[in-house]
Amino acid sequence: MAAAAAVSGEALTAFLLRLADDHLIIGHRLSEWCGHAPMLEEDLAMPNMALDLIGQARTLYQYAGEVEGKGRDEDQIAYVRRERDYVNCLMAERENGDFAHTMLRQLHFAAFMQPLWQGMLSSRDERLAGIAAKAEKEVAYHIRHAGEWVVRLGDGTEESTRRMKAAVEALAPYVDELFESDAVTKAMAEAGIAPDPATLRPAFDAIVGPIFAEAGLAWVETQHGQTGGRQGRHGEALGFLLAELQHMQRTYPGMIW
Amino acid sequence: MTKNQIPLWEVFIRPRNGLAHKHCGSVHAADEVMALQAARDVYTRRGEGTSIWVVPSAAITASDPENKDENFEPALTKVYRHPTFYEIPDEVGHM
Repeated sequence: MAAAAAVSGEALTAFLLRLADDHLIIGHRLSEWCGHAPMLEEDLAMPNMALDLIGQARTLYQYAGEVEGKGRDEDQIAYVRRERDYVNCLMAERENGDFAHTMLRQLHFAAFMQPLWQGMLSSRDERLAGIAAKAEKEVAYHIRHAGEWVVRLGDGTEESTRRMKAAVEALAPYVDELFESDAVTKAMAEAGIAPDPATLRPAFDAIVGPIFAEAGLAWVETQHGQTGGRQGRHGEALGFLLAELQHMQRTYPGMIW
Repeated sequence: MTKNQIPLWEVFIRPRNGLAHKHCGSVHAADEVMALQAARDVYTRRGEGTSIWVVPSAAITASDPENKDENFEPALTKVYRHPTFYEIPDEVGHM
């Protein structure tokens, strides 16, 4: 594969793991709503999105395992690493909070992923371009679904507006981390594999801005931006999530579904 | 409490081009945009459709079950309305 030759397998693996971890972790978060949603319609909508995300994670883990070349399959990578080995963004692991909080978290993540997938549609790595082609349609729906809720809750009742505003404030510290660039992302950009996240902020703002405007929400500038997810430094929340996520593989090592 | 304020919508799905939209159930949603999304999430998870209609349940006028005798019984005795008394030439093929 021409594109894979242009970057080290190590860098490509690192990039794929970040992407895969983002999708597995935020997908798991959404799945936690299953059976607990405020209405039946959302009890299906959120697991639907979770399945999209975990499906994307699977294809990325499979590919990462092949590029890594150490014989690890998707389950081994997804379920038996230690917490510090996970390289998801902090946004993905944030706890669900209330429904408004979950919808805003999903909007933020989807608005980050849409331009990233779109950039990867023309990736010189054909495998990633294929994954992007499927994921791009799914993420478009996630933006629509989460966005419509952000508008309706932000511009809804006194109670819903209060909760939406609280969500904007609570998640603001985790937005900037999405757009961090480092040696890995730069190597991907130079090889034509994926756009550098740092270049995606205008596209993110173009998605989230009009939704906030319609919702009557103001963007909150934070002085307390959090970072570290890409280096495996996570918040307290991730450990509890992993305890549940990894339970089956830890209890019955090597089990298959 | 808020649940009762969310209107009900009837959902119609068209499985393929050329077929009619068919009623398949209902969803709760605040407005037509959310109703379409809810219908998509609830009723098209297994590839059931290529098109969705949603209609406010309140917009549907239904016949009264109490009138079912006067409405429907007269038709039961008029078997000649069924197109089963015609000879169809073979050349017509499948109708």
